Amino acid sequence: MSAKERFQARTAPEAWSAESGPVSDVRRQALLWYWQRVSAMVLALCVVVHLAGIIYAVRGGLTAAEILGRTRGNWAFGAFYAVFVVACAIHAPIGVANVIGETTVGRGSSALVIASVLGVAMLLMGLSAVYGLVAS
Amino acid sequence: MIRTSDYRARMHPGYWAFAVHRVSGLALAVFLPVHFWALGLGLQGEAALDGFLRVTDNAMFRLGEWGLVVLLAAHLTCGVRLLLIEFAPWSGPRKNLIAWAMGGAIAVGLAFALALIG
Repeated sequence: MSAKERFQARTAPEAWSAESGPVSDVRRQALLWYWQRVSAMVLALCVVVHLAGIIYAVRGGLTAAEILGRTRGNWAFGAFYAVFVVACAIHAPIGVANVIGETTVGRGSSALVIASVLGVAMLLMGLSAVYGLVAS
Repeated sequence: MIRTSDYRARMHPGYWAFAVHRVSGLALAVFLPVHFWALGLGLQGEAALDGFLRVTDNAMFRLGEWGLVVLLAAHLTCGVRLLLIEFAPWSGPRKNLIAWAMGGAIAVGLAFALALIG
């Protein structure tokens, strides 16, 4: 089936009455929209704090001792950045899936697979980085 | 018919705000795993993190850092603009929001540049 035929099959009126296919696709898109907006609201607050923090921290250059001096044993810092990482791991993959979906005809499973891999990788790498900065 | 390119529709501040939001978002999605990896060096101790910081302590990386901060600020302000459009009970033209978004990102970029060279 060509890309054009796939697109027509997906958007044909009769396909919209089915429980599977486009109806569940719309439901999934709505859920993804919801989670991206909720994570965006969390991120908006986190990024403001993060930007203020990095503008303050880079003055006079960065050293590992300076960074770790601020973060080691600082569990409030750890909790804040753990929330930040989780919100990133939700927000960024959904955004990437949207971009893939909008720029290629094959919206759907392949975009979600790539997004899921990115999300899990970001979550694991981000949380281990936070753990490293706080508990090392 | 799916229109894939329409020059006139793109010569609009709303399209440029969309483009800035999208490009900054993609760049941040690529950068974040690298950022997490670099910070994860803290797990290996102070020396590993210091080694990385020494490698990045040059003008090219500083410029890159500045670019990333501007992209983060731009993604934030464009995102807040979208949230206001979708959730705030305001109506009418919202081009001022685009000006606020871009102005905010530039202001953050200037503040970071001052902190970086200061």
